[in-house]
Amino acid sequence: MERTSNEAFLWSLFSGGGVIAALFIPIYLFLFFLAAPLGLMTPPTYERMVALIGMPLVKVYIFLMCALPLFHWAHRFRYTLYDGLQVKHLNEFIFTFCYGGAVVGTVLVAILLWRIG
Amino acid sequence: MTISATKEGLHSSTPAYTEFHPRWYRPRVSVYWWLGQWRYLKFILREISSVFVAIFVVVTLFQLRGLLGGPEAYYRFQAWLRTPGAIAINLISFLFVLFHAVTWFNLTPHAMTVRVGGNRVPDFMVAAPNYLAWLVVSAAVAWLVWR
Repeated sequence: MERTSNEAFLWSLFSGGGVIAALFIPIYLFLFFLAAPLGLMTPPTYERMVALIGMPLVKVYIFLMCALPLFHWAHRFRYTLYDGLQVKHLNEFIFTFCYGGAVVGTVLVAILLWRIG
Repeated sequence: MTISATKEGLHSSTPAYTEFHPRWYRPRVSVYWWLGQWRYLKFILREISSVFVAIFVVVTLFQLRGLLGGPEAYYRFQAWLRTPGAIAINLISFLFVLFHAVTWFNLTPHAMTVRVGGNRVPDFMVAAPNYLAWLVVSAAVAWLVWR
């Protein structure tokens, strides 16, 4: 019963996370995790990276880019397991694993951002 | 007695209550139901894209940990990014994230019908603002990093 009443809230996190993931992730992933290691661009120096993360707007960007998409993943992955694998007997475990993981990730990103710069 | 009770149940306007659900025909669906058709496979691939979104966040967490650990730790993280395994993971993640973005942006015209002066606005026009926002955000990030 409790779960059904939370569903609208969890869905809004899924939906918001979907928007943020689509808007924020591709360029970040491309620049830092593909273009820089492949030598397509010179990566910013360590000092410059720390300076960038010191900017409040960048902190908000990275926090949103990590936190909301984790809840997006939690919701989507949960239903993929329900529908795709039809593992109804593991519902409780899947629920805890998905949203628990999203909460842990959100806390970690907040702590890391807080301590850098 | 039983027979008369049943008869009563059959003929009265309110049918007799039974604790048991009537059996119905429901064939078991294979676990691999999504492999049969491209549209089903596309649906599952779209759902799976969320796993790569999560992987991306984990990689970003390691990047932040490297930045917190000092220059040495950050260079170690950057060296890891250059390994073939990391390139492969990030390339696959990138393709899935692009797939997510395009399918997500194209959902808007399905979620709402926009009418201007009684005429329905074509789907690509409804989705267009999403792509414009994507372009603006991406350009802003690239400018900030390169500045």
